[in-house]
Amino acid sequence: MIRLEHVSKGYKTSTRPALDDVSVTVDRGEFVFLIGPSGSGKSTFLRLLLREDVPSRGRVFVADWNVAKLPRRRVPRLRQRIGCVFQDFRLLNNKTVAENVAFALEVIGKPRHTIRKVVPEVLQLVGLDGKADRMPHELSGGEQQRVAIARAFVNRPLVLLCDEPTGNLDPDTSQDIMLLLERINRTGTTVLMATHDHSIVDSMRRRVVELSVGRVIRDDARGVYGVGR
Amino acid sequence: MRASFVFSEVVNGLRRNVTMTIAMILTTAISVGLLGGGLLVVRLIDRMQDVYQDRVEVVVFLTNDVSANDNSCTQEPCSQLKSELSKSSGVESVKFENRDQAFASFNKVFETMPELRDVARKEAMPASLRVKLSDQERFSAIQQKFQGKPGVDSVVDQADYLDRLFNVLNGVRNATFSIALVQAMAALLLISNTIQLSAFTRRTETGIMRLVGATRWYTQLPFLLEAMVSGLIGAFLAIIGLLISKAAFIDRVMGPVFGTGIIPEIGYGDIAAVSPIMLIVAAAISATTGYVTLRLYVRL
Repeated sequence: MIRLEHVSKGYKTSTRPALDDVSVTVDRGEFVFLIGPSGSGKSTFLRLLLREDVPSRGRVFVADWNVAKLPRRRVPRLRQRIGCVFQDFRLLNNKTVAENVAFALEVIGKPRHTIRKVVPEVLQLVGLDGKADRMPHELSGGEQQRVAIARAFVNRPLVLLCDEPTGNLDPDTSQDIMLLLERINRTGTTVLMATHDHSIVDSMRRRVVELSVGRVIRDDARGVYGVGR
Repeated sequence: MRASFVFSEVVNGLRRNVTMTIAMILTTAISVGLLGGGLLVVRLIDRMQDVYQDRVEVVVFLTNDVSANDNSCTQEPCSQLKSELSKSSGVESVKFENRDQAFASFNKVFETMPELRDVARKEAMPASLRVKLSDQERFSAIQQKFQGKPGVDSVVDQADYLDRLFNVLNGVRNATFSIALVQAMAALLLISNTIQLSAFTRRTETGIMRLVGATRWYTQLPFLLEAMVSGLIGAFLAIIGLLISKAAFIDRVMGPVFGTGIIPEIGYGDIAAVSPIMLIVAAAISATTGYVTLRLYVRL
């Protein structure tokens, strides 16, 4: 599903590469933690998958797309198959919960009757049925992140990229969010989650890819956060 | 493409930066209004050229002696002059106008000015040979050839008088177009600024749109439409401005001149004819500016 082949990425402003000869393969339906300290290259990793950036060397594949070679006009097609969740939720504060989720479908031109059908379904999946008409500021942090996940998942992406999705949440709420991500993973969606959260990584016992200074220093099938330090 | 979605984005965008939007609309209106004014002057000039083209003649005025004694151009030197003129190259036709006819046409031209008619005496009217040229450039050759010949008083090209009038009108046209151009620059910068501001206030939306895979077109269209809508509103205001200035200003001040038929009237039909041009220019310019701004300054 995701394959990086000897990928390096350097930025003009830095002499040190953000990613240095990284090769990782993630199969369909896997749940993978991407861990490492700030500046280890996690964000660059995610940006390359989304084609927010292109690698300096090496090749990036998502599904069957050779991401770096994708013509500009095909990039939206790629992004429609990738869902994104962020630490800061990124909801539209002037739209209700349902409108926030529907927005992701409206802007890619989905017909209205489809939107009317799938938005309640996905809100139910993330446990927000009954809160469709609330505004984001009326929700708790955990609920807001659920809205963000619903928005990322509503178009049934092949891959869900999560960049510190629990970074702003307390441990209990984080645990709920992880259960939700696990449920989404069970539908066959590949989940790639960048995180600093030791306890979550340790409790989930999923595959862990650890980056340090742009290199993969560990790739455990059922890892914990702190091993090897 | 969901029209209702795009439409609501456009309305929101315009409302959010309302002061900038108004500034953008007003500058566009002034610029396009001046453009329209200039186009009206162009139409006026064209029509005048049409009207006068057929009437313009080279006039060989005959001396008082000839005017008084030769009523039908059958004697020397008139008949000789007439046949020589007819044979000159570039001459289409030569017509003789005797003193009586000259007086009659004088009276007709100044029909509305009785005080002039009262002082005019028939004896002051010169007879003339009216020469229609097939080639206007031949005038100086003809003037050189006939000026000073016996029986010739003077050789006059009526086109000279018209040229002076057209020079004034061309000047008016150029001035309006120049001011329109300067205003257009201001309008362009304002449009560009407004779009950047608009894109900035909506960066969360556009960021999400990018991430969920909205096409560039879908993301940019609301901004482009925003620019175009304000451009079109500006153009409409400009058209209304032209209509008002015709009714309240041009008709009142120029009315008597239009009445004489010397300058053709600027009608509502003329404004109707230049309006589509104003609308198209406003829409095209604002859309182009919007597009270029989005490409160069805004990352969507």
